[in-house]
Amino acid sequence: MKLRLPTILRIGILALLIVFLLRPDWFEPIFRPLTQNNAPVIYNQGSLLTLTLLHLRTVAIATAGATIVAVALAILVTRPFGAEFLPLSRSLVNIGQTFPPVAVLALAVPAVGFGEKPTLIALFLYGLLPIFENSLTGLTTLPPTVTDAARGVGMTGWQRLVKVELPLAMPIILAGIRLSVTINLATATIGSTVAAKTLGEVIIAGLQSNNLSFVLQGGLIVGVLAVMIYDGLSAMERFISRRMGLLQQS
Amino acid sequence: MRLDKLGVAIALIAGYAVAAAPFATFRANRIVAGEPQTLLAALPSWAGPTLLAVIAAAVLIGLFRTPSTLRLAASFAALAALLLLIGTAADHLTPPGNTYARVSPASGFWLLLFAFALLAADALTRLRPTPPFRILVLVLAGAFLGFVLFTGSWDKLSILKEYSARADSFWAEASKHVTLALGSLAAAVIVGIPLGVLCHRVQKLRAVVLNVLNIVQTIPSIALFGILIAPLGWIAAHVPGAAEIGIKGIGMAPAFVALFLYSLLPVVANTVVGLAGVPPQANDAARGVGMTEWQRLFRVEFPLAFPVILTGVRIVLVQNIGLATIAALIGGGGFGVFVFQGIGQTAMDLVLLGAVPTVLLAFAAAIILDAAVELSSPFHSRTSA
Repeated sequence: MKLRLPTILRIGILALLIVFLLRPDWFEPIFRPLTQNNAPVIYNQGSLLTLTLLHLRTVAIATAGATIVAVALAILVTRPFGAEFLPLSRSLVNIGQTFPPVAVLALAVPAVGFGEKPTLIALFLYGLLPIFENSLTGLTTLPPTVTDAARGVGMTGWQRLVKVELPLAMPIILAGIRLSVTINLATATIGSTVAAKTLGEVIIAGLQSNNLSFVLQGGLIVGVLAVMIYDGLSAMERFISRRMGLLQQS
Repeated sequence: MRLDKLGVAIALIAGYAVAAAPFATFRANRIVAGEPQTLLAALPSWAGPTLLAVIAAAVLIGLFRTPSTLRLAASFAALAALLLLIGTAADHLTPPGNTYARVSPASGFWLLLFAFALLAADALTRLRPTPPFRILVLVLAGAFLGFVLFTGSWDKLSILKEYSARADSFWAEASKHVTLALGSLAAAVIVGIPLGVLCHRVQKLRAVVLNVLNIVQTIPSIALFGILIAPLGWIAAHVPGAAEIGIKGIGMAPAFVALFLYSLLPVVANTVVGLAGVPPQANDAARGVGMTEWQRLFRVEFPLAFPVILTGVRIVLVQNIGLATIAALIGGGGFGVFVFQGIGQTAMDLVLLGAVPTVLLAFAAAIILDAAVELSSPFHSRTSA
């Protein structure tokens, strides 16, 4: 494979991020001008690497849960048994998306207390919507010729779902997961306001002590993570749709 | 009569809420742990059975396949009864003369509210209301809320005690919140629509602009707000006159710029999509009758692309109302002030004082703009309810 400029750029940014997480003190001269009165330059109230891993873990758990539940619900309301719920579930997705993430997060606190739990709940609930919406779109906009053909060759309802409907809807479902991960990476930072261990801690510590260097470090790590994960998932979607396209032609 | 599946779900939620969940919480002061109270214990002796009867009737109507209008009426009646009677719980539970005691709605109340809101949403969806009807329902709901607040029947509830302790700052933060959300939207429309037109006309520009704006969207809000402190602080310190017009490293300026940047993508992208969707025949006809480029843009392309552009505006407004809460973290004000203060003091009623108006504002904006989008599209085609 020929290395093109965008690929080199991506590898470079990833390498830079890893070096920064492992040896943040090497970057001290770059951030030095942002601090005043001899304030610490590199975040010193915890390891940036640990916080990054915890941040990613929180997002991964919440998104995995949201994916399972959202896809299961979308399958349910597109079967004859759950058809009654289809119009309502569409409205609920519309209504749910008007809820601001901060409000979801803050309202989860009285129910479960401070820490990682409210963050997980908020991320789970907020992550549900894009995945559910996209799964619904994917499962309801299949070309009728394909589903008719599947019925024609005598597939059972379950076979049609697993072998035809889900594979065809997969690229759209993945797009929903990507959207959900991006939103959750951002919302997890806000989780630090309710004492969850995420990269938001770095930003908030910086905002409170008026230390721009901290703010920038936290912000840059989350920003780079978000852009790279978004980018990686987009590439995966393109790969899968390409493969699906080939399968359809053969 | 046949059972309605949603009705069964609602009956289960309502049954659990009435039988097993506390209806209201009584606390001796603002931040101590509360004593949960059941529905019948929390309400005065006349109100408890009344509310139970209304709930039972609404649940029964929901349980069977009944006409949508009846279901809508039943769910609204149950919602109204819940909202009116929760105020009497505060009167009933607070000992006379005690100003420290706090009464707030508990999980049972919220579950009942959720269950009947579901029933109402389902009935409304099935009725396929026209845009003016949806606006009418919104106005009536707003009037009802205004009536309840005006008559003071909620005054003894904890959330309104938090409000009365800071009524002035509430309205100041409210106006900051709206200014941030609407101001950044206006700026995004002024910049975004011409940028979208430019992207539509110049192929090469389109990919670059949309990619950059896409990357901006993926930067988490709190990080973007924080990152903007640096350049704006620099501008304030080095550009003469900048500090005088309110540009500062912290406060409203970085929040405004961040919201503006987030708003650009939906506006630009929808302008491009809307203009690309104008049928070529319309453009050919316009050229044929000798319109200039400007005339064609304003008389043909914009009117035809308008519904799609308006959809972009709807996305931005709802998103901005939510994101403006984060502005509080960098001193930008808005309802987020109460949310974060409340989290800091573990005073959940204060959190609600910030969160509830934000949610209501976003919700109302979504309904109004959805109706506007639908009215403006020539075919009234709706793909989702």
